[in-house]
Amino acid sequence: MQKLVKTHEFYVAVILIALSVIVGVVNPSFFSIGNLFALLKSNVVTGIFALGVLLVLIAGGIDISFPAIGVVSMYMTGKFLERIEYGGPVILAFLISLSIGILLGVINASIISTFKLPTLIVSLGTLSAYQGFVLTFVDTKIINRLTEPMVNYSRMEILRTTMESSGQTTGLHVSIFVYLVLALLTAWILKYTMVGRGVYALGGDRQATERAGFSIRKIEFFIYTYVGFLAGVAGILHSAHVRNANPFDLVGSELNVIAATVLGGATIGGGRGTVVGTLLGVMLITVMNNSLILLGIPSYWQRFTTGMILLIAVTVPKINEMRRESA
Amino acid sequence: MNEAIVQVTGIHKRFSGVYALRDVSLEINPGDIHCLAGENGSGKSTLIKVIAGVYHADEGSIHLNGTQYEHLRPIDAIREGVQVIYQDFSLFPNLTVAENLAINSQLEQRKRLVKWSELRATAEDAISRIKVDLPLDATVGSLSVADKQLVAISRALLHDAKLVIMDEPTTALTQHEVKNLFDVITDLKSEGIATLFVSHKLREVLDISEKLTILRNGRLAAEGDTSDFDEKKITFHMTGREVSEERFAWSGDGATPILSVRNLGRRGEFDGITFDVQPGEIVGITGLLGSGRTSLGLSLFGVHPADSGEVLVDGAPVSIRSIQDAITAGIAYVPEDRLTEGLFLEQSIGRNIFVSILDRIKTAIRFVDFDVAKRTVAAWIENLKIATPSAEAAAQTLSGGNQQRIVLARWLAAESRILVLNGPTVGVDVGSKEEIHKKLRELAAQGVGVVIMSDDIPEIVQNCNRIYVMHKGRFVRELTEAIDTDTLVEQFEELK
Repeated sequence: MQKLVKTHEFYVAVILIALSVIVGVVNPSFFSIGNLFALLKSNVVTGIFALGVLLVLIAGGIDISFPAIGVVSMYMTGKFLERIEYGGPVILAFLISLSIGILLGVINASIISTFKLPTLIVSLGTLSAYQGFVLTFVDTKIINRLTEPMVNYSRMEILRTTMESSGQTTGLHVSIFVYLVLALLTAWILKYTMVGRGVYALGGDRQATERAGFSIRKIEFFIYTYVGFLAGVAGILHSAHVRNANPFDLVGSELNVIAATVLGGATIGGGRGTVVGTLLGVMLITVMNNSLILLGIPSYWQRFTTGMILLIAVTVPKINEMRRESA
Repeated sequence: MNEAIVQVTGIHKRFSGVYALRDVSLEINPGDIHCLAGENGSGKSTLIKVIAGVYHADEGSIHLNGTQYEHLRPIDAIREGVQVIYQDFSLFPNLTVAENLAINSQLEQRKRLVKWSELRATAEDAISRIKVDLPLDATVGSLSVADKQLVAISRALLHDAKLVIMDEPTTALTQHEVKNLFDVITDLKSEGIATLFVSHKLREVLDISEKLTILRNGRLAAEGDTSDFDEKKITFHMTGREVSEERFAWSGDGATPILSVRNLGRRGEFDGITFDVQPGEIVGITGLLGSGRTSLGLSLFGVHPADSGEVLVDGAPVSIRSIQDAITAGIAYVPEDRLTEGLFLEQSIGRNIFVSILDRIKTAIRFVDFDVAKRTVAAWIENLKIATPSAEAAAQTLSGGNQQRIVLARWLAAESRILVLNGPTVGVDVGSKEEIHKKLRELAAQGVGVVIMSDDIPEIVQNCNRIYVMHKGRFVRELTEAIDTDTLVEQFEELK
């Protein structure tokens, strides 16, 4: 119990609960089933991206190209499905999107591990290149009418209930289960596979990792390919949630995702971070953004608060560290 | 059966055209305690890395347990039972002791999944071999240096290591911990495990090893049974010249002390420290790790100001509340860890030197006068014989001894009159060590007051005319006459 109290995750959970209570008191509709379901759904895309960012941060890198991977996967998939007027199972859409994501992830991984370049700079380059490629060579038009299978998927909800007050129907979207499965998969990889431990090792000490007999190239390939895979899934889910495919979408959301991950306890500089922390961090950021709306605060504040949260989340551990050193 | 664990012959290794190793051979048999000695830059580390498969030799053959390897990879060396304990231990600070211990054997067995119960059993097995108690669930980052080393050794012994290579294992250890380490090595021998001990500390080399290989400038300088060597002979082969062992002598003339410390204290760190340094004296302060000598040094330099007592320079009280105060008073401090505290590693040698005199070499419009800077830097590089092709080279490209000289040059350029050096020759090889000692004596002869803080007993004994032994934040002994290494070692033993 004492050990639990000391963890970063515990603090994040406490802040999350406290914030929810405050918002709930000011605006009771926060705790309505409808809002809670909506909240969970808006966790999904940020959360799946964040799982990828988690791996990158633990390994001591930083990646900002994932939204571009997401948008490219999603838009090219949308284009393709539109052209062939696809009508089959939706799983194919997912497979195409995540394959594109994996391909782009492999490109990132190749550049990073072959030329041993800083991950930030490489991903800054590929962020622009991937999105630019689509805008130049594919198309710039928003697809507003998604194909039949995608539309059907976007309506797939369980626990549908009609709210007495407003008469609106609300349900829990199946995307949440996709998110949960991916979170479990990521947690399992990190804890129970050698490559997962390699990710932690790499973030702890790069040279020691090599000397221990890990292949750094393999670990890096795994990380960036996995990030690509997650971004591909997140992209197609986003498209389904907003019911369009916009090639200008998603890019710009990276700050939000990185802030959530850091808030969840992953350290810039590597070595630390957990899936549970990341889930909580994403939830906290989502609740924060959601509550600003419920509290009637202008949405411009979102950018400001997200930035501040990121700064506080990286400063607090540093302060603790300094205090420990001077003690 | 009596096959050599390692047999390397005629190894050549070049880095961008420069020879790091030239025709070097080495053979290690089961149960050997073999010492690899040589100055920094002599090729010791390169040779280890060749044996461990980290570097590929350009020429020469490598046999491990009788198998020839054309292209040795780290994982091959590990499978052949060759384990290297690097100076930085190669541990993962963010992982637990248990995982650090077991991770290598997990990799060696080509595991893809981690079974935590199995990992824990492996870890328990590992620490049982050297009969020590380590907290398995603590993160390695929270351990002391000696404990980290024990983790590294235990890890090396897992999965039937046949040869343990230790790269400068005693650098950060106290004398007591060194003794423990030697016991562990002797234990290993009785189990038939060979040790390759890399060091440039002569005393240790003679104490522990049975066979000796000495490298100089990437070539084999000498090899044979350790019993055929003595300190002088080893030094000669390491440096290629004779090194003097003349003691420092000083005849006091009762002049005003250049530095007087009266009852200096800092809560929880040291207390009641009183001593004088007259111009031309070299005063030694020694003590076990944690005796408070580093804190004292940092206080004199204003990093952690003292909270009681006073400091007098030339008989006049000075207040030292910050590093600026110390520099103004003419006090310079050469820190223990020059890499993190003393040098701008990525900056040029020149900049590292003239940083201390920036405000003295201004032009009329307050820009840095680079001509003066250049001349000053050139003069000091010459004066201290810093071996570098250019003052523009980054400080990190130099060897330990040369880096230490850069720090010295910086403070000498600032015309400091009181020089406090903490561990001035840690990680510095014999030849450079002698150069640095010679320089300190020259400075003393010019009237500089020198204070050396060190736990290298021979160094202190050879170079100081007065020695204080510090223990638990206080001076417990003062030695002025008849100082010799054995007396001081005894004093140390009594403190334990």
